[in-house]
Parts: sequence; structure tokens; C-alpha cells
Amino acid sequence: MADGYEYEADALISEDIDAYLKTQREKELLRFITCGSVDDGKSTLIGRLLYDSKMIFEDQLAALEADSKRVGTQGQNIDFALLVDGLAAEREQGITIDVAYRFFSTPKRKFIVADTPGHEQYTRNMVTGASTADLAVILIDARKGVLTQTRRHSYLAHLIGIRNIVLAINKMDLVDYDQQVFDRILLSYRAFANEIGITQFTAIPMSGINGDNITTKSERTPWYDGPTLIEHLETVPIDVATDRSRPFRMPVQWVNRPNLDFRGFSGLVSGGEIKPGDAIRVLPSGKTSTVARIVTLGGDLDQAVAGQSITLTFADEIDCSRGDVISISDAPPQVADQFESTIVWLAEADMLPGRPYWLKLGTQTVTASVQPPKYQVDVNSMEHLAAKTLSLNAIGVANLSTDRPLVFEPYADSRTLGGFILIDKMSNATVAAGMLHFSLRRSQNVHWQATDTTREKRAELKHQKAAVLWLTGLSGAGKSTIANIVEKKLTAMGHHTFLLDGDNVRHGLNKDLGFTEADRVENIRRVGEVARLMTDAGLIVITAFISPFQAERDMVRAMMEPGEFLEVHVHTSLAEAERRDVKGLYKKARAGELKNFTGIDSPYEAPENPELLIDTSKNSAEQAADLIIERLLGKA
Amino acid sequence: MTEAMTHLERLEAESIHILREVVAECERPVMLYSVGKDSAVMLHLARKAFYPSPPPFPLLHVDTTWKFKAMYELRDRMARESGMDLLVYQNPEAKEKGINPFDHGPLHTDMWKTEGLKQALDKYGFDAAFGGARRDEEKSRAKERIFSFRTATHSWDPKNQRPELWNLYNARKHKGESIRIFPISNWTELDIWQYIQLNDIPIVPLYFSAKRPTVERDGLLLMVDDDRFPLAPGEVPVERSIRFRTLGCYPLTGAVESEAATLSEVIQEMLLTTTSERQGRAIDKDAGDASMEKKKKEGYF
Repeated sequence: MADGYEYEADALISEDIDAYLKTQREKELLRFITCGSVDDGKSTLIGRLLYDSKMIFEDQLAALEADSKRVGTQGQNIDFALLVDGLAAEREQGITIDVAYRFFSTPKRKFIVADTPGHEQYTRNMVTGASTADLAVILIDARKGVLTQTRRHSYLAHLIGIRNIVLAINKMDLVDYDQQVFDRILLSYRAFANEIGITQFTAIPMSGINGDNITTKSERTPWYDGPTLIEHLETVPIDVATDRSRPFRMPVQWVNRPNLDFRGFSGLVSGGEIKPGDAIRVLPSGKTSTVARIVTLGGDLDQAVAGQSITLTFADEIDCSRGDVISISDAPPQVADQFESTIVWLAEADMLPGRPYWLKLGTQTVTASVQPPKYQVDVNSMEHLAAKTLSLNAIGVANLSTDRPLVFEPYADSRTLGGFILIDKMSNATVAAGMLHFSLRRSQNVHWQATDTTREKRAELKHQKAAVLWLTGLSGAGKSTIANIVEKKLTAMGHHTFLLDGDNVRHGLNKDLGFTEADRVENIRRVGEVARLMTDAGLIVITAFISPFQAERDMVRAMMEPGEFLEVHVHTSLAEAERRDVKGLYKKARAGELKNFTGIDSPYEAPENPELLIDTSKNSAEQAADLIIERLLGKA
Repeated sequence: MTEAMTHLERLEAESIHILREVVAECERPVMLYSVGKDSAVMLHLARKAFYPSPPPFPLLHVDTTWKFKAMYELRDRMARESGMDLLVYQNPEAKEKGINPFDHGPLHTDMWKTEGLKQALDKYGFDAAFGGARRDEEKSRAKERIFSFRTATHSWDPKNQRPELWNLYNARKHKGESIRIFPISNWTELDIWQYIQLNDIPIVPLYFSAKRPTVERDGLLLMVDDDRFPLAPGEVPVERSIRFRTLGCYPLTGAVESEAATLSEVIQEMLLTTTSERQGRAIDKDAGDASMEKKKKEGYF
């Protein structure tokens, strides 16, 4: 058996190494992903590709032969799957659980393969692997035909914008290389592909175990006259080439200033080409100049194209920094702050509509909040379902808005300027991937109505500075009591105030909201907006809300002018609050009659840096109110 | 430039993009420099990424005091030529205890390298460290992200890696946490050699064949690089024509007998050889199948 697996090298290597190396230099690079269900033979196929392209060495082969006998699933035969199942945990389980990258090359191209798992709970891994791929190989077990998973993988590949799809109809050996089986699967896949907008794909009958139609044409499928898998991978057009025909764009990564005489802008060209002398425009500022030099360590370039990492200098001194996009002057990308997008949720914790997340797109990082989804897509049936949020592995369409304008292009035109990730501000985890469709006309047409009477004037008339006293703390900490005293005292001093109380707001403005995390975020967002309008009117706003999450308190803080928002933590231990239990709510929560109760089955995130911390075990409500007023007026 | 970019050009552009993202988004980056061929390529890419500025971070060599002399020479030369600061860190505890590869086995790597690296990163407060690991080297590397997140105790959790989409990297972290970044993740051994040849990048002469004093130990051909090498009574090192495919501590790194004295010949030998690169290194074999993954969880680079 070992005889059949001996390592053979290209004859040119020993005959003329320099000639051989020259051929190796001019290779192109193709990145692709393989997707299939657990038993479709994906790892076996990749192992086979590595093996057939001589990427496996004697020592690895010896280890593989030993492993195959010990833990393999192929009896005495080599189990190629063992070559690619990397992590100890998955070896034990016998499945692939994460994205792994493999490398092999043929005389024409170098390949990077993202090996992505097929089970339901790992959509996020497939989307990750697909995001950098030029092509997707979708495996089908010939015995099983088009399955739910096949539909899901095809939909995801199409969603991420992969234009080259290969349908690898595998395990043909188990259906006697029957053409009818192949044709039947082809027909049913074509019908499905048309439905979701895949217009072109290449179907190949193969056997990963036996090597049919992988590198060499199989004699066992005389009825098939298409390319082998490798032939197809070696000749299919690569997407990078099409990026070059688009208008020039380069997101600025870093400003290079070694001394006062040199100011260069470094980045990866995402579209088009550029030459010294070309007129450029910097977005979002719109400032223009011309390219003076394209600087590299190896000397200045006459031209740079999509895919290259370069440094540009301009003829004029104009403002340009990380996050800006340099564009060809006459065809700039759009700038907007409200968008429709598709979002793939990647985190265990559900999306919270309204919560601010970091959004990273190209080299721009802004704060974004997502509205409740318009719909969620069932990745199995492609049906649109109603949804209030998105959970792990869910895909939905939703509007989002950003706190600053983004330079962008629709994802269909540019993966770089249309693809983004969302990052949780507390955990720093990457929680979602998204694709911008278009900007909402609203953000282009509706402008903030500038009024002649300014907020400063309104406050001045009242002889005060507007402020928000934001009281946060557990239920029963004494927020409402203290807030009430603060308002009474301020009014007595001649100040104009307004008290927004949690319970009262929920009877009116927010009576449609419950107590799920998502609803609590929305509750606080609305209160924040109302408080902001009141500060515009020049009022001192006092609020009393549990407001358990730091992210939402920070969101409200960001709505206000600097220094206007005073976060007051009304602190009481849970034991003490529960002992008081003024409204009898803790008792209900402990009895399980009240869900999502802060402190019991929903977390309270204590403020990290509040303007004021009040310990109600040490201060009476009266004293607490005095401390707050002292802090406010000292500030004002 | 009218024809398509070659695979090396695309790999280079990707690596430069990664290097610049880290400098733009992290507070205190550092480049781990091991003086091997992968480090040589990574350093060259850094010089390209930031030219005409020198790379805006220092080089860190986590030293074991047991590297080849020729490695120390090239290290000091490259630091001078690149205009970068060179920080050399030696674990004081290992030094004091006289930990060495002859007497202490796996403890040598653990104390000097794994512990030494953690101590050095903590001492200088680096929040991002570039490493020259490649995904084709070893199975657990194949699944590691380009931006590989480490907890405050430097451990790696392979089950809880951040998804990495497009070329968008999430460099956000809490105080005390850090990120290891692998800019040449997608390069293969052949890519590295070709790139060295195309760009004339200086590498340690030990990669080329020469007559060197050697002894055999446990099936490995070791070079007697200095007089700390304990010889058996009456044992005399034998001059052999050897070279190294991979470089580490000299008492742990096996040589191959070879006549390959030029870069082309080295590549030719690499392509015709029938064993994989890391076989000359003892480290992967320590603990069976999951050796490297285990080391990485503990904080090894």
C-alpha cells in the first residue's frame, strides 16, 4: 500500500532549479472555501488535494498511516481526514469545529483553502471563511442529494458575494458512478440556485476517497466531459482582477511622518488604479489634491493597482488621517450615516436593538446602533420571518445609524467599503458581520432643523445650565425618593427642573415595552432622547431608572453635551434592597413570578466611573440629595 | 503593472496591511525576533510597510543564551541596519538556576522561552506582539487567527477565538490582555524562500552548507557551537558538511548533511526532501499529538 503513496517531485526541480523557481514566481493566488455537512467527505477531499499536489511529506505520511489504523474511519486505508482535523478537541469528537486554512499549489496557481464546518451552529465559521474567498466548493453526498445544509451553504456563499460556485457531487463511488444520479442532483440544485439568484455554477462528479475527477479525469465517469476540480480551480477568473476596473479607492491606515519634510498616506488599494499626477479627493472632507509620489522601499512606482499596499504623497498639504478614504477625484464614494444592511449575528448574546456597538468598516471605527430587524432569513427555507432581535447564527436585514458619517460603497460593489463588523463595547468581542446595501434617503434629505433660539439662550433665561442628573441603582435603593427631594430643593432655589421617573414613564411613553434586555435598552434610549430635548429647553432633568447596563448609560451620556450628564450611583447592597422590598418585587422575583428582575436573574452593571457615588447605608435620603445638588451646582 | 499580481505580491500586500493595522490600533506593539528565516522575512515586510520611517516598534529577542553564535551576530547587525531598538530578554530565574538543554530537557524551553516571553511582555507592557509563525507549519497553527487574542495570563483559548472576516481585525482588548499577531500566517515555507531570494534578504549563514564540527545525539546531528557542549570522554567532534533547515537552541537543533551552499540549492534540496520542516526540532514531539496546541494554551508563542 505504501508504494502507491510515494512522494514524487517535479522533474524540473532537479534538472534546472532556477528555471523551476522562475515558473513558481509567476503563479497567481486563488482563495476558496469548502463547505459540506459532517459526512460529505470534506476533510477527505482536502487531504486528497494536499496529497495529490505533493504537499505531504514522508514523515507526515508515516504518521498519517499509523493514525489511520489507530483512530481512522477507513479501516486499513489512509484516512485523509486526519490530515486536516487539527485541534485536540475535534480529534476526539471526530469533527471539524473551526475555520482552518490549508495551502497547496499546482504548476499554475497557489491555493489557500478555508476549511469550514458544516453543522448548523457554526454559520459564523462559514461566513468567516467565505469573506476572503474567491470561490466556494459545495460538497454533496451523491447518495443524499441536495440537503437543507446544501441550501444553507449556497445561500451563505452567495450572500457573502462569492461569484464562483463549484458543486462537488462527491462519493460517486457509492452510487456506481451513475450518470442519472448526477443529473438528478444537478437538476434539483439548479432549480434551487435560480430561486436564490445563483446564475452560474460548475458541477463535477467525484470521489474524494478514490480520487476521481480531482486531479485526473476519471475513466469511471465517461459520460462527464467537464473539467476536473483542479483544472477548474486553475483556470477560473480571480475576483481581484475585477476590482481593478473600478474607480480608485484607498482607505488610509496610517499617516507616515518620519520628519517635517515627508507626509505620506499608507493603505491597501481596494479598487482601481492610481498614477502620480492623478487628481484625488479625500473623503469625507471632500478636499482635493493630486498624487505626487507612490513611495515604496524599492523605489517610487509609476502606478499602483487594487490589491497593493502603498504609500502616497500629495502635491498639497491637505488634512488626511486614518479612517479617511482617498478616491479618484471625479468618482468619489458616498458618505452617509443611516443604512440598510444585512447582519449575521456571531455572538452567544442576542443583538440588542438600540444599543451602541463599535462598527469597523475599512479603517473607520464609529459607534452604530441597529434598529429591530425588518425580518430574519430562515437559512434553510430562505423565508423571511418576523424578528425582534437576532441570535447566534441568525441573519437579518435591519437599518442602522452611525454617530458620524461613514465613507462607504454598497457591498455588492466593494467588499472593503461595504463589509463591516460590530464589536461589543463592554466585552470587546466581535459580535456581528454585516454588509451595507444602501444609504437611507432620510440621511441625505432630512437635516436637523436649525432654530434661531439656541439651547444656551433658553437656559440663560432660566439663569441655569442645563443638566441631566442620572440616578442609577438597584430597585429599592431609594432613587425615586432621593430624586424627589432633589427636585423639591432645586425648585425652591428657583431652578427649572423636570423629574422623569421609571415607573411613571412606563405608564405612558414606554407602556409598549417589557423587561427583556432588548426592551430595557429601548426604554433607556427613549428616556435619553426625551431628556435630551428637555436639556435643549434648558431644564435640569432628574431621572430615576434602574438602568442596569453601562452601555446604555454611556449611550445617553453620548447624547448630551460634554459635562452635562452626571451619573449618580445610588448604591445599596442587594441584601439591603431585598430586605426593604418596598414594592414587594423581590419577593415575587424570588418566587419566580417576575422574570428578568435586576439583581435576581438579570445583571446590574455598576457604573465604572460615576460622577457621584452615594452609599445609602451611610447617608439619609436628605443628605444624599444635598450631595447631589452640591455636585451639580459646583459644576454649574 | 498590467498583468495580474503574483501570489507573492498578494501575500506581501496582505502582510503589510496587517503590520500597519496593528501600529494604528495598538498602544505598544513589539516584534518578536527569533533571527530565523521567517523572522527575517517579517522584519523585511515591516521595513517595507513603514518606509521611509523605520518600523515604529522595537525588536524583542527572548534569548535562551543557547542560540548559535552566528544568530547573535546577524541579530545585532539587523537591528543596526533597520534603525530599530533591540531588546534582549533572558529569564533571570532560568539564568540563576543555570537551566540548560543538556540537563533539564523540556524545562529548558518552558523556562527560557515560554516563561521568558511572558515575563518580557509583562515587563515592558507590550499589548501587541508580532510573531513569524505560519499556518502551514503545524496543525494547531492552521486554525489560529491572524490577530490571536491572549488573556491577562497569556493563555490562548482555541474554542473562543474572535471571528476574523474580510481584512477587518478587531484589536480591542481590556487592560492587561494582549494580542499576538502573525503577519505571515498565509505564507508557506516555499513562499518564504522565494521571497528571500527575490528580495536578497540577509539570513543566518547556517542555512547554507559548510564544514562544521558535529556529534550525534539520539539520532540528531548536533553542531558543537561552543565549549559548553559536554563531550563524552574521548569523544571528538567530527567535521561534516552540514546545514540547518530550522534554527533554535544549538543543542536542540538537528542539522542535515548537505552540499547546498546557495539559495537555489537550498530551495532545491527543500523541494526534493521527503520530510517536513520541523522534524529537526525536538519541541513538537514532547507530548504526543497535541503538543503545540498545549504549549500555546500555556502561553508559548
